[in-house]
Amino acid sequence: MTATSVTGRQPTVRSAARADATAAAPVAFRGVGRAFESAGAVRPVLRDLDLDVAAGEILAILGPSGCGKSTLLRIAGGLDRPTSGEVAIDGTPVAPYDRRTGVGFQEPRLLPWRTIAKNVALGLPRGTPRETARTQVARLLELVGLADFAGHRPREVSGGMAQRASLARALARNPGVLLLDEPFGALDALTRLKMQDLLLDVHAAEPTTVLLVTHDVDEALQLADRVILLGAEGDEPGAVIRQTVVVPGRRPRDRGSAELAELRGRLLDGLGIDRHGVARGVETTTTIPHYPY
Amino acid sequence: MSGTDAAKTTSTDRAGLPDGSVDRHFAAPVVVGRPTAAAGSYDESGTDVGPDAKDTGPAASVAPRSREPRDRRPLTRRRWFVVVGGALLPIALLLVWQLVSTNGLVPVSQLPSPEMVWLAAIDLAQRGLLGQYVAISTQRVLLGFATGAAIGLALGAVVGLSRLGDILLAPTLGAIRAVPSLAWVPLLILWFKIGEESKIILIAIGAFFPVYTIVAAALRHVDRQLLEAGRAFGRHGISLFATVQLPAVVPSVLSALRLALAQSWLFLVAAELIASSMGLGFLLVDSGNNGRIDRIFLAIILLAVLGKLTDAIIGLFERRAILRWA
Ligand SMILES: Nc1ncnc2c1ncn2[C@@H]1O[C@H](COP(=O)(O)OP(=O)(O)OP(=O)(O)O)[C@@H](O)[C@H]1O
Ligand SMILES: [Mg+2]
Repeated sequence: MTATSVTGRQPTVRSAARADATAAAPVAFRGVGRAFESAGAVRPVLRDLDLDVAAGEILAILGPSGCGKSTLLRIAGGLDRPTSGEVAIDGTPVAPYDRRTGVGFQEPRLLPWRTIAKNVALGLPRGTPRETARTQVARLLELVGLADFAGHRPREVSGGMAQRASLARALARNPGVLLLDEPFGALDALTRLKMQDLLLDVHAAEPTTVLLVTHDVDEALQLADRVILLGAEGDEPGAVIRQTVVVPGRRPRDRGSAELAELRGRLLDGLGIDRHGVARGVETTTTIPHYPY
Repeated sequence: MSGTDAAKTTSTDRAGLPDGSVDRHFAAPVVVGRPTAAAGSYDESGTDVGPDAKDTGPAASVAPRSREPRDRRPLTRRRWFVVVGGALLPIALLLVWQLVSTNGLVPVSQLPSPEMVWLAAIDLAQRGLLGQYVAISTQRVLLGFATGAAIGLALGAVVGLSRLGDILLAPTLGAIRAVPSLAWVPLLILWFKIGEESKIILIAIGAFFPVYTIVAAALRHVDRQLLEAGRAFGRHGISLFATVQLPAVVPSVLSALRLALAQSWLFLVAAELIASSMGLGFLLVDSGNNGRIDRIFLAIILLAVLGKLTDAIIGLFERRAILRWA
């Protein structure tokens, strides 16, 4: 379950490794629940979640839309507080907007009045010397393939490019825990593969704990050490961990292996049931849905 | 006096310019257009090259390059068209006015001719009143505007940024805003007599509310997702304000200032109409009492020109700010 860091990565990423590298930190969820109050009614979204993420592990979080994946991530980053239970990073409770985490939001959330480079610079730890900041940002932009767009405004780049800039910003502070909410959602197939490799490269060069929300089962199996599937269980509202899959083998994994295919089927089944086909009496789909579902 | 002086110097300036420079002055805006930096360097390079190389210098090579992308822009986006288009209606109005008044369609006591208004201006200027009235009115507007806008910015920031500030101040300020502004006049006159303070305070009240209201609302409605992103990357308090909130509201602040300036002119006239011994508002009342319709026209035209001028200055900043911040 503990991460096995991958060796033999490209030198470009190694050069991005910094002396001030923060050590990867373990994350522990203890009985975490989150309910939202809306229109007078209290609606539980997450229910009694227990989860340990080892330092340096890549954990993928799967689940149907609206099941609480982003909520879980926000709680881990101190952007939201659980209604019950608690989360600790490296043994200490998560503080509001915890500095040990770097967040890649589901939306790019770039500041429209800043250039892409300045937006990425926002992610650097405060007080980074100007010169260091400049080289860091240049490296990060190079890494995500946006070197030529450093001076552009967010409105002048595509959605996928904005998402890559947002990823670079999250990486910039070299966090102990990296929280990525569907970081590759808006990318075309090829760029997506490149960015997945990039993430693995960065992870190999500077092992950090990664919580990665995704809709893509293949992506989860390709990147993660472990995959959890969130979803409602039974009639009770609120998501729990329905499945935990430890992904065998070392990265990079062979996408065609029979073992992965079996896991893929299991996870898709888990997601498929959540599509309420059975509950509504609708005929269950016979073909395996492909991303995006 | 100063009015005629100004008029004279501009006309003599134009007449006195050497032919070449007049040409350049008129040619530059058409070819290079508004980007003032470009226009400036154009001129400089022209003088650098010297008189003999005027036609073959860098100016000649720059012109076609800068012309090419401009020609693709629609007519309504071009600077000269905007200027000419905006001037069409005033010129047409002036012509109609001239025609109507010289044909005797309307008696002169109802509608003076443009010439009469012009003469009234010269007459007032020679008495030294025109410059004084314009100066004092402008001064009142600027002082009142600056005071009101500054307080409006400060209180707008407090109410827009802090929940507590909102709770403590917003209801009271809302109630004060509900008071029709002219209701302050008798009170101000009682407290401050007919001095400068009473007018400047009234104008400040007029400038305060648009700024306060717009700035508070803009700060309250800064994109929450961006705020959260700012916080997630370690910004809070002043640094969050500087990183996210301030840049987000710059365009709103400028349009608020613009609105406040217009209000300031409005309140200036209100203040001067009611209690003053000089200024454009005073000119209006005084001329009304004496039946000097030419001077009434003059005052109205001056107010229009001054208001538009000060508005254009802020408008310039606003356009830049929108390019930079939006
Ligand atoms: N601030 C909030 N107030 C009220 N309800 C909320 C709030 N944030 C999230 N929710 C609710 O919590 C549930 C889970 O939201 P969340 O964003 O975590 O879903 P998700 O799993 O990330 O979905 P998606 O895959 O579509 O991004 C949703 O039903 C949503 O309506
Ligand atoms: Mg989400």
